[in-house]
Amino acid sequence: MDDTVLFSVMILGGIAIVSAIILYWVSRKFAVDEDIKVTEIESVLPQANCGGCSYAGCHDFATACANADESKFSTLFCPVGGQTVMDQVASIKGFAKVEKQPTSAVLRCNGTCQNAPQKVLYDGICSCRIAARISSGQTGCPNGCLRLGDCIKVCKFGALSLDNQTGMPVVDHEKCTSCGACVKMCPRGLFEIRTKGNNGEMVYVACRNTQKGAQARKNCKVACIACQKCAKINSEITIQNNLSYIPDSVSAEQFGKELSQACPTGAINYYCKKEETNV
Amino acid sequence: MCKIKTFSKGGIHPDKYKITTDSPIISAGLPEFVTIPVKQHIGSPAKILVSVGDKVKVGTHIADADGIVSADVHSSVSGEVVKIEAVEGGIGYLEDMITIKVEGDEFEETINLSNDVNREIPYTAEEIINKIREAGIVGMGGAGYPTPIKTSIPEDKKVDTLIVNGIECEPFLTADDRLMVEKAEQIVIGAKIINKALGIQNAIIAIDENKPKAIEIISKITKTYVGVNVQVCATKYPQGGEKQLITAITGREVPSGKLPYDAGCLVQNVGTVFAVYEAIMKNKPLYERVVTISGDTCLHPANYMVRIGTPASFLIEQAGGLTPETTQVIFGGPMMGISALNLNAPITKTTSGILLLSDAVAGKSPETDCIRCGKCVDACPIGLQPYLISNLVQNNQIDELKNCHVLDCIECGCCAYICPAHIPLLDYCKLAKMELRKKN
Amino acid sequence: MLKISTAPHFQTNKDTKGIMLDVVIAMLPAALVAVLFFGFPALVIILTSTIGCVLIEYMANRYLFKRENSIKDLSAIVTGMLLAFNLPSSMPVWMILIGAFMAIVVAKLCYGGLGKNIFNPALVGRVFLFISFPVQMTNWPKPNFMHFWNIDAQTSATTLGIIKHIDAQTSATKHVVELPDYTQMFLGNVGGCIGEVSVLALLLGLAYLLYRKIISWHIPVIYIGTFFIISFILWITTHSIQYDPLTNLLSGGLMLGAIFMATDYATSPMTIKGKVIFAIGCGLLTAIIRFYSAYPEGVSFAILIMNALVPLIDKYVQTKFYGQRR
Repeated sequence: MDDTVLFSVMILGGIAIVSAIILYWVSRKFAVDEDIKVTEIESVLPQANCGGCSYAGCHDFATACANADESKFSTLFCPVGGQTVMDQVASIKGFAKVEKQPTSAVLRCNGTCQNAPQKVLYDGICSCRIAARISSGQTGCPNGCLRLGDCIKVCKFGALSLDNQTGMPVVDHEKCTSCGACVKMCPRGLFEIRTKGNNGEMVYVACRNTQKGAQARKNCKVACIACQKCAKINSEITIQNNLSYIPDSVSAEQFGKELSQACPTGAINYYCKKEETNV
Repeated sequence: MCKIKTFSKGGIHPDKYKITTDSPIISAGLPEFVTIPVKQHIGSPAKILVSVGDKVKVGTHIADADGIVSADVHSSVSGEVVKIEAVEGGIGYLEDMITIKVEGDEFEETINLSNDVNREIPYTAEEIINKIREAGIVGMGGAGYPTPIKTSIPEDKKVDTLIVNGIECEPFLTADDRLMVEKAEQIVIGAKIINKALGIQNAIIAIDENKPKAIEIISKITKTYVGVNVQVCATKYPQGGEKQLITAITGREVPSGKLPYDAGCLVQNVGTVFAVYEAIMKNKPLYERVVTISGDTCLHPANYMVRIGTPASFLIEQAGGLTPETTQVIFGGPMMGISALNLNAPITKTTSGILLLSDAVAGKSPETDCIRCGKCVDACPIGLQPYLISNLVQNNQIDELKNCHVLDCIECGCCAYICPAHIPLLDYCKLAKMELRKKN
Repeated sequence: MLKISTAPHFQTNKDTKGIMLDVVIAMLPAALVAVLFFGFPALVIILTSTIGCVLIEYMANRYLFKRENSIKDLSAIVTGMLLAFNLPSSMPVWMILIGAFMAIVVAKLCYGGLGKNIFNPALVGRVFLFISFPVQMTNWPKPNFMHFWNIDAQTSATTLGIIKHIDAQTSATKHVVELPDYTQMFLGNVGGCIGEVSVLALLLGLAYLLYRKIISWHIPVIYIGTFFIISFILWITTHSIQYDPLTNLLSGGLMLGAIFMATDYATSPMTIKGKVIFAIGCGLLTAIIRFYSAYPEGVSFAILIMNALVPLIDKYVQTKFYGQRR
């Protein structure tokens, strides 16, 4: 009986020791030499691997940061981690901090069930990209939101949700990290990353319809009709293909309210964090 | 009669619904306005040559091919150009179109309107291809690939067989069938013309078994033409697919990612071949085509000879209009066609049919769980595994999709047709293709 | 309002429910034979098992998994009938319900429902009962043609049980007398599980399934063929009655397994090549278990083992796709 115990312990112990030696040898033999900075930078990154920085993943981005010189470094930005993470990375590199304004994705369409009523019935899989291939969508607007939620599926941060009242996806500007996944996914190109003002203000044209005014209004009450009113307020605003575009450089703080009030169809959206309103 | 041939892999047998097989082709008449899209083909849109207010005749050259892959567009009516702008197309997207107000019915003087059959081919290969280009002919089976480019074989390739595709494997459609019955000799001569352009002696007209009349008539005529033969094929969908047809007739396979002439074949639809005959022998540009209007809710199904640019609603009215049961209007066949959203959209060079369907025929049952029956794998004519592709794309495993050869998918819809769980497998395959293309 | 949908705008009218209904119809001849030979108890078993499976699926979906109900696809009826076919006619009702629970809840719904199960539910139920209640599961009442109410306590051994214990050299002749002849085995007048006895009824079912294109011929034919070839080779080399190919073919659950259980969609490979590999594996394992293990019967174990390999087969056996040459 004692022998059994002894032998068991010896054999199992022996296997354990041999395995430990092999493990040690293997870990030494196949160890990958890595820049200590890369590991260090990687440890402060959010590890979302979202690709928002235009690198394949957080490890790739960390490598790029580690190899970057000061001028190159100023172009690198992790949209998910934001300013705090980039400050940490800068201090690891020993570079000066690079200030960046916070940004968020916005949905440039206001074609809700109320504004743009359903004209035909879509009977297919719940995918905007498929629906966009076979038709201009249930609202008939060839540029508008298809309301099937591909963007919601692709958002890793829960910043997009479906509003059952309007049938449209809604961006939570607090949760949005500007990773750009929705921008790439939307077959209509309705998302845009925009800079927030000091109070989180943003102003943008929530319409992408390039049809002539009357035609556009037939499908949707809040379509941009290219009436030029906004362009008179700020000369940077351009009107092309029957559609107005407010560039990111137009200050939302300064012009936001004025622009949204001036728009006769209500196609210009003004968002302000303090007031929590979507005028 | 020789052996009935077919392709070996996959395929399905949907209900035929060939209601209009015995309805002769009748003229649809002229609408008040026609809207002619400048892009009715694969490639870049044609450049517009006319401006608002111009008077045009039938056959007037109104838009010119822009670049190599493009095609000329001709007016299909006589009258006045009233609008040149982007108009909603069949699926709701804006397309550049030329709107012409119809006044009378005058033809360009060069067009020979007689019904005699001309049998002598007075042109050289180069002249033939040029004339085809000037007539703006594109593949009329549905894809709309410009015919002159298809007929000009690259130097390093060798084509030994012309296959004339008389297989209309889509349910409901009978446009090609009727054309073969009524214009049999013209089609045979058209095949000879393309043969001359290619410099080969061998043309095979493939017709499927469920068109006995066409087989009989064309077989009789081909006896007097050396080098043109009829091959009967089994009735199976997608027998009319280019790749499937080549395999059925020659036993060769088109290598993955290559074109038919890599297998030594050229496939042309009978509609295209007839258009080639008209262009060469009668100087007639492509301004009209045969369209089947049918469907279970269609009151007067028929085959119409329709001017390009005629609004679909004009044809639908002639066929009795929409009934309350009509829930879907489909341009093309029920397997690969598109459901239309705007019924004022024009008939184009590639519209082979308009179907008015009810939910009883075209309704879709709700999707249920996959039972792993393997029917999609058996039905796929390319030998893909649609169930796997759909699983991978739904779980976003894009890297593993690369081994599935999904880019070879011909989008025939056999998998989605046969699935007992009604899973829209074709949609997932299309999604997979998009994902892969995005990745590359 | 017009409808827009993706191509194809046609769909087959043969849905999951229709397929399951066809399978049920294909099983009816065997059920009829079971009732003819084993009388009223067989009917009780089939009804208990079928109704049990359907009810358990309904309850489990409703209260346990809180899923949408799936009894409408009729798959629970197929599972229930198959489980009943795998039981002797003297089985107590409560045991059948335990088997039905194992089959539906553990083997099917726990994996995610129809199509997602790895193992054939009916076989899991059977094997669970076989291991838990070996005595009841190997108690074979004698078949009694057209005596529905004559519930006889008399039992008999199955053909496979007899030949398993024959010592080829010494007592061959003595036992051969006990063996039923081929015709009886073909018709089903032998002891055994209620659904497996009549090869004729099962072949009728196979013919129906093939005619309706529910299954392809590959799995049943290759499974039976592989097994036949192995037993034939052994029989030629040893001349032992134990390996007699015809007896082996006509007795036990081979036909039932090959026609109805190995061909189960969810637990068999998707591609033809995969099906061939699967069937050969089943045949091989059945032969090994029947001839070289302590069990007289090996069909259920063989199919279950091969079921476990199906995901692997599906992963590595790819179809040849168009244009692959060159």
